[in-house]
Amino acid sequence: MATVDGDAEIFAEDSVLVVAGSTVVQSVDDFVVPDGVKQKRTTPWGVFREMPFLVKLGTIWLLFVLFSAIYAQLDTRVFNGSLPLADPNLQLNGFNASTGTFGDREPLESPSWAHPLGTDALARDTLARAMHGAYVSVTVAIVSVMCGVVIGGLLGSLVGYVRGKTETVLMAMIDVLLAFPALVLLLALISLFEVRDLFVISMIIGLLSIPAYTRVSRANSLAISNREFVLAAQAIGTKRWTILRREIIPNVLPTLLAYAMVAAAAVVVVEGSLSFLGLSVQLPTSSWGNMINQARRDIKVNFGQILYPSVILTLTVLALNQVGDFFQRRSAFRGSSL
Amino acid sequence: MAKTIAFVLVRLIATLFAVTFLTFLMVSLLPGDPVDTILGTGPRAPGIEEQIREDLDLDDPFFVRYVAWLGDAVTGDLGTSYVTDQPVSDTIRQRLPVTAQLAFMSIVISVLIAIPVGVLGAYKQGKWPDTVTSAGVQVALSIPNFIFGIFLIWLFAVQLNWLPSSNWNRLSDGVGDNLKTAILPAVSLALAQMALFSRLVRSDMIATLRENYILSARAKGMSDRYILFRHALRPSSLSLMTIVGISFGALLGGTVIIEQLFAVPGLGFSLVAAINGRDILVIQGITVFIAVVFVVVNTIVDLLYAVLDPRIRRK
Repeated sequence: MATVDGDAEIFAEDSVLVVAGSTVVQSVDDFVVPDGVKQKRTTPWGVFREMPFLVKLGTIWLLFVLFSAIYAQLDTRVFNGSLPLADPNLQLNGFNASTGTFGDREPLESPSWAHPLGTDALARDTLARAMHGAYVSVTVAIVSVMCGVVIGGLLGSLVGYVRGKTETVLMAMIDVLLAFPALVLLLALISLFEVRDLFVISMIIGLLSIPAYTRVSRANSLAISNREFVLAAQAIGTKRWTILRREIIPNVLPTLLAYAMVAAAAVVVVEGSLSFLGLSVQLPTSSWGNMINQARRDIKVNFGQILYPSVILTLTVLALNQVGDFFQRRSAFRGSSL
Repeated sequence: MAKTIAFVLVRLIATLFAVTFLTFLMVSLLPGDPVDTILGTGPRAPGIEEQIREDLDLDDPFFVRYVAWLGDAVTGDLGTSYVTDQPVSDTIRQRLPVTAQLAFMSIVISVLIAIPVGVLGAYKQGKWPDTVTSAGVQVALSIPNFIFGIFLIWLFAVQLNWLPSSNWNRLSDGVGDNLKTAILPAVSLALAQMALFSRLVRSDMIATLRENYILSARAKGMSDRYILFRHALRPSSLSLMTIVGISFGALLGGTVIIEQLFAVPGLGFSLVAAINGRDILVIQGITVFIAVVFVVVNTIVDLLYAVLDPRIRRK
């Protein structure tokens, strides 16, 4: 039995992670802390200053996307549209009953001061729609990362430390789940159960990405379990649960969060793809994917309407990847320098 | 070695059971009466409800149904669509070659580009050609394939008018006509793969170039090109092969969006059509088919890897 276990180990480390059906992301090894990681207290501002220029830009972009999402939601939910942002569903050429006039905008207008990204095929303000679309992407990313980090992180840290039969059984299940082409599974789930609610979609995507998080956190937990401070804690008779809580999890977390950013990039693409197929949030609610899909019909007339959401989506994915890579390198670098 | 193979085969069978079971379970968990779900709200032919109930053994317990369904599925019978009256296996048989062709073409394109790019990056490590290609790879990895596809349509179909923006000519209509419709979807799919492969080739080559036998080849005065492509690339190609295999399996399911974008009548296109038509049996059939192919391909890759890499073979 021992040799069979050994073989399983080889294959486990050689395989690659697939998050929610997008492209193969990275090998597990990339997200394992090398020996000798020491936690150093740093402020967020200090971390920001450490970043290379492009990663700084990426961070600023991500904060901007987050701000847009919050601002757009505040505008419609709290301030009833009184903040300076157009109504994302108002057709600007249409008849306005309260003023008794017709709108002054045409469909597919080019950018102007009043409408910085122009208007779409129904004469709606593209900037407003893009900002509301940011809310969809941000929600999917945050909810799925929470699912992955909390459930996957806990499971992985636990079995990586406790080992034994629990680990064998759990990892076998994880292997089976990772063997499923997740995008197809996701399409089948969402279409069969006719899910159209943003939170439910995010939860499904999050649940599907748990196996990958479990893999990463288990690999880290295995490495950390053999370190001196864990052995020392065991030697003075600390309870296992306390060791897990105070020694293992705090050390697994930094690399897991770096992985989470890269995984979030994949998740944003998956949601974009679902929206593009019309299987995510329902119109008229905008998301970057459905904006691209709607603008596709007018590709000959106004390419800009396709271009803006496409660039926004791509930049967000790029920024998540860059910032995630930075944090992963940072924890690896601090480890190797000791 | 025998133990490795036995272990892989046992795992394959267990995974296949799990995958088929999960797919079947998913369809069985649908709320409401399955007959209503299958028929929708339109007018119904008399007797069709009883017909479906009998065809799908809906009055039997869950496990009996699963075993019966699995038995049929193993012999290639995935049921008959109540929407199109076509056996699901026929749909798969007609659509699979199209998807397989796209997957194959995109793999070939990405490998052909990835190897020189990766080798260049390793050879000029840290210098400007490496910096430029690495940055390109980072960007390529972040562009969702449907966005790249739309951009290709805009450039080659709308602006330059060289290629059709969508549609599909079968291989039997002539290779040239077929390639005209296949090249854009294949390239859209290839972008991310290309980036992934070249990153792998680069990091593998950097490790290989530090080996002693490379130093001795250099000392013998062999040309850089000979060393790079003959001595260094060969050991690096092993992990490339692994990931190519995995990507091929993943592509069979991953072409869904690109097939939709370019109106290519492949498996993914049928899947989306079935989703829009609420054609439960086709959704179930295609899902289980893609999952099984994916699992089998990954297992073959695992085995090949074990056979080809002497370090694992000796274990």
